Amino acid sequence: MAARSALAILAALSLAIGGCASQEQPATQPSPGGSATSGTTIKEGLKIAFLPKQVNNPYFDTSDNKGGKPAVEEFKGAYSQTGPSEASPSAQVSYINTLSQQGTDVIVVSANDKDAICGALTEARQAGAKVVTYDSDTNPTCRDLFINQASAEGIAASQIKLISDAVGPDGGEIAILSATANATNQNAWIEMMKTELGKPEYAKLKLVTTVYGDDDDQKSFQEAQGLLASYPNLKGIISPTTVGVAAAARYLSGSEYKGKVQLTGLGTPNQMRAYVKDDTVKSFALWNPADLGYLAAYAGAALASGLITGKEGETFTAGKLGEYTVGKDGTVLLGDPFVFDKGNIDTFDF
Amino acid sequence: MRGVVRGLSSWEAVVVIALVVVVAVGALAIEGVASPRFWRFVSLEVIPIALIALPMTLVIITGEIDLSVASVLGLTCATMGQLWVWGVTSLPLLIAAALLLGALLGAVNGLFVTGFGLPSLAVTIGTLALYRGLAYVILGDRAVADYPPEWASAAIAPIPGLTIPWMIIVVAVLAAGFGVVLHATPIGRGLYAMGNNAEAARFTGISVRRTTFWLFVATGAMSALAGVFWTLRYASARADNGNGLELAVIAAVLLGGVSIFGGRGRLAGVLAAVLLLGTLRNALQLADVPANTLTIITGSLLIVSVVGPNVVVKLRARKDRSWQRGVPWRFSPR
Amino acid sequence: MTTTLARSASRRLRQESSRLFVIRELGIVAALTLLVVVTTIVNPRFLTSQGIKDLLLGSTILAILAVGQTVVVITRNVDLSAGSVLGLSAFATGSLFVAAPGLPIPVAVVAGVLLGAACGAVNGGLIAAVQVPSLVVTLGTLYVFRGIDYTWASGRQINAADMPGAFLSMGNTTPVMTMFAIVVLVAAGYYLRAFRSGRELYAIGSHPDAARLAGIPVGRRVLAAFVVSGALAGLAGVLYAARFGTLDANAGTGLELNVVAAVVVGGVAIFGGSGSVYGAAIGALLLTTIGSALPALGVSPFWQRASVGALILAAIGLDRALAVRLARTLRSGR
Repeated sequence: MAARSALAILAALSLAIGGCASQEQPATQPSPGGSATSGTTIKEGLKIAFLPKQVNNPYFDTSDNKGGKPAVEEFKGAYSQTGPSEASPSAQVSYINTLSQQGTDVIVVSANDKDAICGALTEARQAGAKVVTYDSDTNPTCRDLFINQASAEGIAASQIKLISDAVGPDGGEIAILSATANATNQNAWIEMMKTELGKPEYAKLKLVTTVYGDDDDQKSFQEAQGLLASYPNLKGIISPTTVGVAAAARYLSGSEYKGKVQLTGLGTPNQMRAYVKDDTVKSFALWNPADLGYLAAYAGAALASGLITGKEGETFTAGKLGEYTVGKDGTVLLGDPFVFDKGNIDTFDF
Repeated sequence: MRGVVRGLSSWEAVVVIALVVVVAVGALAIEGVASPRFWRFVSLEVIPIALIALPMTLVIITGEIDLSVASVLGLTCATMGQLWVWGVTSLPLLIAAALLLGALLGAVNGLFVTGFGLPSLAVTIGTLALYRGLAYVILGDRAVADYPPEWASAAIAPIPGLTIPWMIIVVAVLAAGFGVVLHATPIGRGLYAMGNNAEAARFTGISVRRTTFWLFVATGAMSALAGVFWTLRYASARADNGNGLELAVIAAVLLGGVSIFGGRGRLAGVLAAVLLLGTLRNALQLADVPANTLTIITGSLLIVSVVGPNVVVKLRARKDRSWQRGVPWRFSPR
Repeated sequence: MTTTLARSASRRLRQESSRLFVIRELGIVAALTLLVVVTTIVNPRFLTSQGIKDLLLGSTILAILAVGQTVVVITRNVDLSAGSVLGLSAFATGSLFVAAPGLPIPVAVVAGVLLGAACGAVNGGLIAAVQVPSLVVTLGTLYVFRGIDYTWASGRQINAADMPGAFLSMGNTTPVMTMFAIVVLVAAGYYLRAFRSGRELYAIGSHPDAARLAGIPVGRRVLAAFVVSGALAGLAGVLYAARFGTLDANAGTGLELNVVAAVVVGGVAIFGGSGSVYGAAIGALLLTTIGSALPALGVSPFWQRASVGALILAAIGLDRALAVRLARTLRSGR
């Protein structure tokens, strides 16, 4: 019995990955009203649901309600955001099941666990939903597309350059304050940062440790505190997570280390504004989460309309963001991270 | 109104009626509740809660409590994950190791409570932290997820011809077992006696200490079984598996009419409450009720579960008294 | 039971128990000292002025919560909603500053305390009026208050830039924050020791029925205890906002476990009737110190939770051993 259901899953998978073109007959008929803004043949009335790691998280509020929602409105779909109030994979599974039952056309999800939600996603795809991951990916076999906010190379290069500029030509010890130790994206970035540090121009920077703040404000704060207690010669901290970098900035700003220990990372302008202005932080980077949600919505709609199937090399148009190409392993790259500093931070509000 | 109150012979009846109402209203008003898939998802979600609620009912009836159950589940998952990493690939062996570990962790709770005479509330708050902490020590933030996919599909496979997972049969058999012990054996009567008055229970001939000890062992083993199911279903062993599940379990047991002070409650009420909470949650989710509102509803139900029976008892007491007053020939000392 | 003892025996009981009580508190102080000394030897930077500042700031909030919890636990109750009340009050404080940027800081403090007191009144009201177990009611309000917080915040976050600089620097200045904790601690300690109504809280916790027969207004006292606990959680929320600056609806999630742990480690009996706010405050300081000592010692932070669990078990074991000794001394002295 187990073997049979495994076979069924396999069959469904191969259908979903390979054989979509013939199934998606209706999609190729242009809808009579047309979606004026994009000029593509995205179907009208698609039900697109965003399932963040947890609701009540400002980052996902921006990506979903300020990015995904306008995009879905542009192509006249039905937008919704739902999800658990705590970031746990099992709670997310329950919501995937609900969305699948509701006949959602596209589930846009940021995975709390790479594998734990796979079974539910597979079941949802068997029931006809398209699955797009954003922010945090699942196993590539469990989804149709992953919208990558920035390539690991791009993030790593920008983070190391920012900390190197901030610390100055003399270099010194640096540390990383990460989110959770099994966050796929964080670990990929940290690996790339280590590679980047091997370059001759960064020879004077020495990475001494990586600590984990679990994307919890208080824990990150305490870890930042612990770093300075443990490494007296620390010159800089990189925190490639919005929660971590804000917590570390707050700690530094209120401590004797302000201005002496440099900090950079991935943060949001609203959270970091105070610390950029009081010179705790010289510069930091991020992609625009609203753009991420916007692109994810368009990618999902393109899938559900049969314009693309998620194969490498396919292209689609994402409204105001322009044309995107599906890369290796069904990944779509949003772009290079953007650097915020004292000069430009006031022009952003998210 | 009075007639309704009198008609409800017990709190369990209230819960069962509430379950029926929720199912009926849900099926009529919310698209999807009547579908077989809905019941498949509800079953999958309530299985771990039901598994732990069975022994927890007995524990609370004796006047004790075990807050460490979700941490036992987490530590079981972590251990299974680590054993798998070390190369233990036989599923029966992994399950046996998990159940043994669960029983052992339960025995530690039981030993602290019966051997040293410590309050179970304080002991299991301690082991809640300790066991969860050990799970983190073992796995850290790693997730072990490379189990054979057949295991996951086997764990959630439906009963042939139905959509309901076969694990429900396991739950039903275990529920029957616990029900018989509680309601049809001298041991069960002893458990109620312990909850009402531990001193008196000693005179009924049962060993209070030994019974309490074995109840904690059983709770540990059942939590471990829930952990096995959790690991297989999500195909992912993480240290934070089932974090906070103890609250869901205790909420179900209390909503089911078991008194937190012991001595009162029936297994049927608890099972109805487990189903009620699971159905309500999934039905409201389908109706697009946000998670934040669900949190408020869960809490309110818990409060109702203790306030409700008290109010019912008080209303009935007042009614009885007014009946007495209404009969003129009955002598009233007042 | 003390009521049946002769006056001299009662005095001896008091002397003996206060001696053991001192031993008990010295025990935690010794554990704390040992931890600090060892950590400082391994990592001299642990006790720099910045290190001490971080420790004191870190323990202020937990200590204030622990004082409130002690007042409740002494009456044989528990307030599990403290973390949620803190979260609600912290978010309310932030929102207040967003709505009225020029608001004087004392007004914000008072508003937070009042909001907390109102939450405490809901808890205490339900418990005192309907006579339902506090464990269940506050477990319910843990969800309800958090759900209200979630719904209110609905994904918004309040940032440091939204709050006045003077308020934030208050939260990061050692003397001010520590002063809050010390004032609360001394006031509560003095009240519990010197006031009749304070002593009555112990009587209620030792034997609620006897307290009622002795004419103590049990319901009113318990209600007051919960209002105090809520108000202190509200104050802790304001201080949390000042210290951490970034606020979303998750502030203080899961903190109730640490608070109960601090209280239990501090020697307050979970079933009421004994313990002091000073012990609880030292317990809070010890837990906070463990939190910062482990990273400074280079121990994996994953051990933190496990060590807290082990500490709870050790503390209740020690309490039990001391209680047994006390009973034996009294018996032999008679």
